[in-house]
Amino acid sequence: MQEIIQYLFSGITTGAIYAVIAVGLSMLYSSTELINFAHGEFVMLGAMAIVTLWVHMALPLPLAFAGAVALGCCMGLLFERLAIRTARTPQPIVLVIITVGASIFLRGVAMIVWGKDPFSVPAFSRHDSIEIAGAALLPQSIWIVGAAVLLAGGIHFFLKKTLTGKAMVACAVNKKAAWLTGIPSEKMGILAFAVSTGSGAVAGIFIAPITMSSYDMGTMLGLKGFCAAMIGGLGSLWGAFAGGILLGVLESLGAGLISSGLKDAIAFILLLLILYICPGGLFSAKEAKRF
Amino acid sequence: MDDNKKKQWTENTIFLVVILGCGLGVDNTYYLQIMTFIGINTLLALGLNMLMGYAGQVSLGHAAFYGIGAYTTAILSGTYGISPWAALVCAVSCAVFIAFVVGLPTLKLSGYYLGMGTLGFGMIVNILFREWSTVTGGSSGFVGIPMLEAGPVSFMSGRNYFFLVWMVVLVAVLLCRRILSSRMGRALRSIHDGENASLAVGVNTHFLKLQIFMFSAALGAVAGFLYAHFVMFISPESFGFMVSVKMVTMVVIGGMASVWGALLGASLLTLLPEVLHGFAEYEMIIFGLILMVVMIFMPQGLTRGLLDIYEHSRKRDKRHGN
Repeated sequence: MQEIIQYLFSGITTGAIYAVIAVGLSMLYSSTELINFAHGEFVMLGAMAIVTLWVHMALPLPLAFAGAVALGCCMGLLFERLAIRTARTPQPIVLVIITVGASIFLRGVAMIVWGKDPFSVPAFSRHDSIEIAGAALLPQSIWIVGAAVLLAGGIHFFLKKTLTGKAMVACAVNKKAAWLTGIPSEKMGILAFAVSTGSGAVAGIFIAPITMSSYDMGTMLGLKGFCAAMIGGLGSLWGAFAGGILLGVLESLGAGLISSGLKDAIAFILLLLILYICPGGLFSAKEAKRF
Repeated sequence: MDDNKKKQWTENTIFLVVILGCGLGVDNTYYLQIMTFIGINTLLALGLNMLMGYAGQVSLGHAAFYGIGAYTTAILSGTYGISPWAALVCAVSCAVFIAFVVGLPTLKLSGYYLGMGTLGFGMIVNILFREWSTVTGGSSGFVGIPMLEAGPVSFMSGRNYFFLVWMVVLVAVLLCRRILSSRMGRALRSIHDGENASLAVGVNTHFLKLQIFMFSAALGAVAGFLYAHFVMFISPESFGFMVSVKMVTMVVIGGMASVWGALLGASLLTLLPEVLHGFAEYEMIIFGLILMVVMIFMPQGLTRGLLDIYEHSRKRDKRHGN
């Protein structure tokens, strides 16, 4: 029992990270119909930036946090302007390969800037771990889950309650109609990109203290984020969030109870099952189109 | 039609002559080795090109079949001492069978969903190679793959292996072209241009996609077989996600829907790391940049893109001339 609670704690922690990544991906997909295979690299950028700004340059944490998120947003903007917008034939297959290329490129840049060695980041708060029913709960876990809920809630609030957010949803529903009513749909696309990559950077910042950060950490995280977004239903915000938590918990339970070697396989097996059985995702109300 | 046949004949003859010339003329073992790798990669690109370029189905997990071919032959001939040639048959049938089972549900998807489905499949196979260590040797790799022999001919020497690989490539090229100029090839192209339209005129698109998926899996397995017996050591990294991406890059850069494009793409991507050896650190950056730039500006691939630029400039020259 105690073990299971421990697995649940660590599962929800990593699950919250997957959830943030999945929310970013899902949001981008719902407003631009693009799947960013380089999303994981923005997570890596966030983690590496916090290493440099907070650990090496000893900036205060809020400042370092803002800097890392800003870096994520700016790189997202650049990426959209330079690579996505310039594409001559924006078909899915072309865009997939462009984002895959961008992911390799960003990884290469990170390898040169930060080197190949992994870095460790101390926890954000120096409290002792809390004991619940014999299982240890790390303060960093609370940070992560809190941040994930806050971020998803923030994005939800932004899309539903603010004018800009509503304009973005309008673009997602019908770009041309939104443009006709005077919404600058191009700007909305850029904004969606910046919010998405910025939230990716947030995921990277929060995961840095519980794992080793290195230039190649992003790929796997990004792929897991896809799996989570698919489980929840691509394009649905809270679906992606729930998918992330579910994936984290299942992974942690599978690793603890079955075999730790197969941990990574669980996400992909779930992905295939979802694709085969209900490609719309578990929590999505409407049937997703298969293109 | 006859003209087309004649053109294909000359192309194939030139190809054969170039192979013979390279094989007999080059003595340097290093160059021979690189050219052998180009041959193996060409096989991979050819198979994926049939799927991506002609049928229009993206696969981000094709290295799985490459790996299945390599590991099947390694386990059968290395652990159980079966003749490698019998192992080849097993490897190909195994890959084809897995392609059938996986392709049946996966190929119903399209676009991003298909990319993700194949990606997930590739990852699972790779994790299996890494974790099933009692059989595959785990992440430290599989050692002790025997070399190939056919009666008195040993494929120990670089030159013999070079000829073996390139003869297989030649056969594969001829096979692909035969398929493409048949009824099946035309049906395939129709899927690429519009799946619903081809469905409406009576093409069984799902079955056809499955067939071509199995065919490209078979080519991948043959490439894996050749790779395993050439290097005599395999490890899961050689068949990971990055390798799948590399295969897609070969097809894309060389030019989708072109048999010779596959050859060009495979050569470029095999030679590039060798040329960039001095800048090993920058390899990933350059690799990623090439991928992005080619896709942004020449989504049809280098062969088509360069031809377009050439024709465009010739037209402009003509206009200026007048």
